[in-house]
Amino acid sequence: MLELWNDLLWPLLWQVILILALTVGVLLYVAYAVYADRKIWAAVQLRRGPNVVGPFGLFQLFADFGKNLIKEVIVPAGVNKGIFFIAPMLTFVLAVVGWAVIPVADGMVVADLNVGILYIFAISSMGVYGIIMAGWASNSKYPFLGGMRAAAQMVSYEVSIGLVIVTVLMCVGSLNLTEIVYAQAEGVWFFIPLFPMFVVYFISLLAETNRPPFDLPESESELVAGYQVEYSSTPYLLFMIGEYINIVLLCSLCTVLFFGGWLPPLDIAPLNWIPGLVWFVLKTSFFFFLVSMVKAMVPRYRYDQLMRLGWKVFLPLSLLWVAITGGVLIAFDLLPDPVAVSAATGAGL
Amino acid sequence: MLTPEMDALLSEYFPVLLFLVIATVLGLVLMVVPLVLTEAKPDPEKNSAYECGFGAFDDARTRFDVRFYLVAILFIIFDLEVAFLFPWAVALGDIGIFGFWSMMVFLGILTIGFIYEWKKGALEWE
Repeated sequence: MLELWNDLLWPLLWQVILILALTVGVLLYVAYAVYADRKIWAAVQLRRGPNVVGPFGLFQLFADFGKNLIKEVIVPAGVNKGIFFIAPMLTFVLAVVGWAVIPVADGMVVADLNVGILYIFAISSMGVYGIIMAGWASNSKYPFLGGMRAAAQMVSYEVSIGLVIVTVLMCVGSLNLTEIVYAQAEGVWFFIPLFPMFVVYFISLLAETNRPPFDLPESESELVAGYQVEYSSTPYLLFMIGEYINIVLLCSLCTVLFFGGWLPPLDIAPLNWIPGLVWFVLKTSFFFFLVSMVKAMVPRYRYDQLMRLGWKVFLPLSLLWVAITGGVLIAFDLLPDPVAVSAATGAGL
Repeated sequence: MLTPEMDALLSEYFPVLLFLVIATVLGLVLMVVPLVLTEAKPDPEKNSAYECGFGAFDDARTRFDVRFYLVAILFIIFDLEVAFLFPWAVALGDIGIFGFWSMMVFLGILTIGFIYEWKKGALEWE
């Protein structure tokens, strides 16, 4: 009995505890990210933002959450019920499970897969399904148009995000996210040598998560709220949370790929006393702040401009940069040594 | 019977499966709570599809712009290309200069295709 507990049940329970801790952490972070988003947006427009529930409106998000929980779930007459309810679930679940491979601090990761970045890429690609299913199943014109727009936009920017990730991979020689951070501990953070790719990644992040200035799928003035029009109560809430978790996920991926993950900016005394988790959260918050500021300041793109930027600017640019990075690494013999990398990861190829 | 390597690989992926289960349960709980707490009061106006103040004239699933379809096809081509680039980028240290030029030839051919579809106007959204 004790053996069973030691060998099987305790490791399992420990995994569950780790996963729950991460999930609760992410959800709490997201709650305050939404709050920060609204506050920043308000501050730019010289308003107060949420300030009624709790001190400085700090509990506003919990009030909103509670309100959503006690609303009636409206099922419009023409919908395909199954798909209609699977869509928000899919969006939420995929956004949450993406966090499984993000190393929030040295060794603090739920599943240290040796193909971590491929996993994230796959999960974030599948996010399109949730949105297109919602648009289709609603059987209403605005959600349908919103769903089509969202799908086309997300797949367009997926390609340039993929190519950007490839340039980082060439500098690291591993698909493991922890390994990517270690590679930056030895050299410089990758946003310095790959600065144009960092810019492409950040702008693609906005398009990929349907954030302003690329929020055409839900542009209020023409499509009311896009694919979310027919949703109410918690199905709507799941879309909302899923969307914000995705934004924070891509912000944290940006931290891992370009800004050295949990590493302090300089490895000197007062800075490396601060735990890695704090650095990671600070960096992710910085990118979330940038995302909020873009929302507050930049006017919305037109759809043709959005597609032109994705296909005619970012795709050729990132493709060219893949070739240049590869060429430079080969020419100056800067490629990571494959043996050293696999030894450091401890994972077989 | 599983080999030890296979076993290690599976145990590496087990937390992902566990995560998937926990996230699904969490999502389901959130979906079910309002069904328990509230009482559905359907009426035809509330349950009709959203439209600007009048009843819908026809089904929402009508024809849509073919360019969405084109974008999807272009995406498949380029995403496959990215899928090829992933292992290439990781193994670049191993395969060296020969591997590099092989991929450049492949990318060159794809670029010709890309220029063709650009000139044909597949990327235009006026």
